[in-house]
Amino acid sequence: MKSLSSLLGFAAVALSLQGAAAAELGPLEVAGLVGVETRVFPWQARFAGQQGHGEISLIVNPEFRYRSSGGQHQFSFIPYFRLDSRDGQRSHFDIREAYWLYKGGSWEVLTGFDRVFWGVTESSHLVNVINQLDLVEDLDGEDYLGQPMINFTTFQDWGQIDLYLLPGFRERTFAGREGRLRAPIPVETSQPVYTSGLGQKHVDVAARYSHYFGDLDIGLYYFWGTGREPTLEPNQDFTGLLPRYDVINQGGLDLQYTKDAWLFKFEGIIRQGQGKTFGALVAGVEYTLYQIFGAADLGLLVEYLHDGRDASAPLTAFEDDIFAGMRLALNDVQDTSLLVGAIVDPSSSETFYTIEAERRLGQHLVIELRARFFTGANPGQTLFSISRDDYIQVRLARYF
Amino acid sequence: MKVLSLKLPSVWLLTALFGVVLTAGVYAGELEDKGFEIAARSDRSDRGFADSIVDMKMVLRNAHGQEATRSLVLKTLEIEDESVGDKSLIVFETPADIYGTALLSYAKILDPDDQWLYLPALKRVKRISSVNKSGPFVGSEFAFEDFTSQELNKFSYKYIGQEPCGDLVCDVIERTPLYENSGYTRQVAWIDQSVFQTRRVDFYDRRGALLKTLLFEDYREYDGGIWRAHTLKMKNHMTGKSTDLIYSDYAFKTGLKDSDFQKGILRRVR
Repeated sequence: MKSLSSLLGFAAVALSLQGAAAAELGPLEVAGLVGVETRVFPWQARFAGQQGHGEISLIVNPEFRYRSSGGQHQFSFIPYFRLDSRDGQRSHFDIREAYWLYKGGSWEVLTGFDRVFWGVTESSHLVNVINQLDLVEDLDGEDYLGQPMINFTTFQDWGQIDLYLLPGFRERTFAGREGRLRAPIPVETSQPVYTSGLGQKHVDVAARYSHYFGDLDIGLYYFWGTGREPTLEPNQDFTGLLPRYDVINQGGLDLQYTKDAWLFKFEGIIRQGQGKTFGALVAGVEYTLYQIFGAADLGLLVEYLHDGRDASAPLTAFEDDIFAGMRLALNDVQDTSLLVGAIVDPSSSETFYTIEAERRLGQHLVIELRARFFTGANPGQTLFSISRDDYIQVRLARYF
Repeated sequence: MKVLSLKLPSVWLLTALFGVVLTAGVYAGELEDKGFEIAARSDRSDRGFADSIVDMKMVLRNAHGQEATRSLVLKTLEIEDESVGDKSLIVFETPADIYGTALLSYAKILDPDDQWLYLPALKRVKRISSVNKSGPFVGSEFAFEDFTSQELNKFSYKYIGQEPCGDLVCDVIERTPLYENSGYTRQVAWIDQSVFQTRRVDFYDRRGALLKTLLFEDYREYDGGIWRAHTLKMKNHMTGKSTDLIYSDYAFKTGLKDSDFQKGILRRVR
């Protein structure tokens, strides 16, 4: 956001770039954040190795962008780095984006690392299939590792087509032995197992159509390749879980119908290749009460989650669950917002509560609170192993 | 059309009232026709701008005078058909944490606009409801309806009179929103008689009280006789808060196309 010349360290580069071809080059933009994040776990850990009640992380996430003056070429480089005081697996480096985008008239080609988000629902992001989850970041499924790709897009009157060629598989991140929020035995991320003989080198493909018709937005895709979701199987001496990645075929559909203050949402997938072919869906509504007190808006959210998989597929916590939540936006100068929600399994009363709040302080600082609580899980149920890992997280980030 | 049919009873009432005026020699609808003509002349004065790109700084001030700023880029694509609205793309640059947040709008005349919001942290495009016409736009004193394009046929008009405005003479017209969910019962606009640009608007809330005043300052003329104000000052009389919009130089006819205003491009706006 600041032109590079304001940053001494890069000023020389900018000057030499401008000297080289002043007419061709636009400004290099530098943005991103540096943050400090702390998590407090009030309860004693359940498993050996998880000592202590707190952890603190340093996050560095700069963003470098450059576009040619005509806008035909765009470059992006966004590394991500977390240093965690407790868990060596949570300390990690990733390249969220590193791409070259060429824009033709009604088409474009992106080559490099990128993130792709497709969904419409809030409680789960079922249809996202391009990127691997960066699970050590958060449980909410909204943090993704950068995926190497060639993405061809064409924009037509009848809609948008995206074609993806995805070389290079990214493995899911998991908490280590010292980390909270893990299974009774840790996942051995260094020993992945692949069904395909090509292993990590299997080249995946995907195609998606998206468009809108009046008040209806639609996305429809097909994916063939190494599924991002692993099956976790214990090793021979039961000291670790080995992630097994299978080759899958997956079709997905996302819909949103927007009418007055109502949003009606649907996401559904069908997956073949991980045990018995199964389908899963999330469907729900969002209704917003505008200016409920003063300028504040209150959004009410209800979603139903269903997953038809059986024991031959990776475990899911959301077989038949209901999500209810509300989102408060104060619409003030500080963009203060609060999201409170719960996902309940009515058959077992397992419940996952979540609170997210944030507020800007001044022009550059943002304080963010997140809290997650787990109740009602009994031994043998999906959430049991993390049922003592309720936590409160506070993050202070300086954006630049 | 739905709105117009709802208005029918009041048209009958107006006709009855104007029966009195008729005897004084003014035919019913003359003031409305004149009001519409003035508004149309102003609206049509910037026909043919094709597209525009402008940087804007937004200065938000509370009753104690404390300031916060936001900056954004606004791109507009003119749709010449008056029964359809313009397309616009707003991309925020500051505060830094909302850098790259974008709002794509297809303005309609009486129906709610089509709007998509881009959230850069998730790289998520979200279709949003646009019924919230009267809600504040990003914490400012501008409501969404003040900010989205001021299409001619979104209002009915009535001529009130003429008044000096600064060094100029202005026609004063009253305009009544015809679209649903407006926060205003009426607006009073001052449009100058020299270059036909809006100089001031008073906004009256749902109770009929004066809510806000908007002043348009620093008009500059561009090629083709296109005029743009470069400072807009909105004052809220109820809260004492104010918001200024300060525009840089406009670029017109930059070659923006319909394909630059599709939801698929939102992921590439920064």
